[in-house]
Amino acid sequence: MSPLGDGLTIAVPRGALFPGTVDLLTGLGLDTDELRSNDRKLLFEDIGVITMRPSDVPTYVEAGAADLGVTGKDVLLEQAAQRRSEGGREVYELRDLGYGRCTMVLASKAGPDSALEALRRLGVMRVATKYPGIAARYLEETGRQAEIVEVKGSVELAPLTGMVEAIIDLTATGTTLRENNLIVREEIVVCTARLIANPVAHKLKATAIDDLLERLRGLPAANVA
Amino acid sequence: MIHPIPSGTRDVLPEETREVRAITDTLRAVFERHDYGEVYTPALEYESVLARADMAEARPAYRVFDESGAVLVLRSDMTVPIARVVATRYGSSEPPLRFCYFAHCYRGVRPQRGQPRELLQAGIELIGSPAPQGTAEALTVLCDALDATGLKDYRIGLGDASLFPALMASLQVPEPARPGLLEALARRDFVGLEHTLEDAGLSDEAAELLLEVPQRRGDAEVLTDAPAPAVEAVTGMRQVHELLEPGVAARVIFDLGLVRNIGYYTGAVFEVYDPALGSPIGGGGRYDDLLGYFGRQLPAVGFALGVDRLHVALAGEERGTGALLAREPAQ
Repeated sequence: MSPLGDGLTIAVPRGALFPGTVDLLTGLGLDTDELRSNDRKLLFEDIGVITMRPSDVPTYVEAGAADLGVTGKDVLLEQAAQRRSEGGREVYELRDLGYGRCTMVLASKAGPDSALEALRRLGVMRVATKYPGIAARYLEETGRQAEIVEVKGSVELAPLTGMVEAIIDLTATGTTLRENNLIVREEIVVCTARLIANPVAHKLKATAIDDLLERLRGLPAANVA
Repeated sequence: MIHPIPSGTRDVLPEETREVRAITDTLRAVFERHDYGEVYTPALEYESVLARADMAEARPAYRVFDESGAVLVLRSDMTVPIARVVATRYGSSEPPLRFCYFAHCYRGVRPQRGQPRELLQAGIELIGSPAPQGTAEALTVLCDALDATGLKDYRIGLGDASLFPALMASLQVPEPARPGLLEALARRDFVGLEHTLEDAGLSDEAAELLLEVPQRRGDAEVLTDAPAPAVEAVTGMRQVHELLEPGVAARVIFDLGLVRNIGYYTGAVFEVYDPALGSPIGGGGRYDDLLGYFGRQLPAVGFALGVDRLHVALAGEERGTGALLAREPAQ
């Protein structure tokens, strides 16, 4: 039996959440040496791990290609916002893992808030983001008309070039914002790593999953909120 | 040349049609053997008629106007149209009434595998047979039908839609907090449930119960030490289970947190899981109030199977691969 639990497979996100997730798996007794050292391999069958970008984790878990997965709350919120009529992905959100703590913020150039001015004089503010779903929903909820500009790369560039008045983005320490002369105007939501599960696996592999949750509870508080 | 068809729909060609037809013929024979008569109803209905039922997430998504300006919808399930049929065409017939159907339904979902916008459903409705007997009959027909198709490893999750609301009421959860908690559970979001409970101003024990009880699922053991407010629902689940033949009873997974995303369910609810598919093949439950909205107060229970999902699961089992199967350890 794998230390993860009988026949369980977990989708692990590459990127910012990777170190915390690997530490968690090590804490559960998995042999993570190869996982740590080989960043080109995707499938680690002997320990029940598959690796992918964080935004793909809900896709694999929803389809049942992985029983469990770790991804950021930002990813879950964005996919839920983009699928508003269906209420998001058909996955269980089982546990707030506590690490990977970031804040979704609305930021604009230091000095007088040009977004406010645009809203007042032009009736609409332009906002660049990698999270068009979350951004549209938040601005709607707070009663502001906005033109959402979706970008894929460094969002900080957009207000500096005058393309938009504000950005909505995820920030951990705020360093990148400060270095680009941007200041946080509003905090939208705090996001951490979440453990998710496929709905069928949650029923058919209930014992293994509950056992895993129980063992997670026993890990140091530094790992699990 | 490309002539597109709407997203979420597809053409079914002869080879697939033959396989699907074999499945529906098998299901129909089982339904008929249990005395369920097949009905057809219009794909288009008046919106004002279907709106009598609380469909929640499964409400109709496609609307058109007719020549007089009335709003028509494409049906999103067959349970509500059959409730209408019973109230209008069987107003004075002696219950129980048994119907089955094979019909396309239309939902505004994001298309993906097993989640089309036009889906073929096969199901039954048992009208006028209360719990627990009616529920046990529906589960028996369900298992007979699945067995007949050759599906092997499926399980039936059995829960009760009234359990969590009863738990909230007896633990004195403030009224305004209740919809949010139920919604978090329906979204399968236990983290959200925990956070909402923290903000609801409940005692630690009450919050712990509301978070922990809906995560209980498994064999009959999960029914043993149910907290007092859940006893009624749990007793109902046990009564149903006791009425089942051993072969059917062995398929059941008790699930105290099972919530279906359709609003009209009142009591027992169930879902079909198979390791070859990452999402439920179908499900159903009791809707003891729905017929009343159409003018004939009768208890009722039914289920619907997604024929395409069943087809995928059968193919997966046959090949020994599929969502949760591909990685099962060799046995």
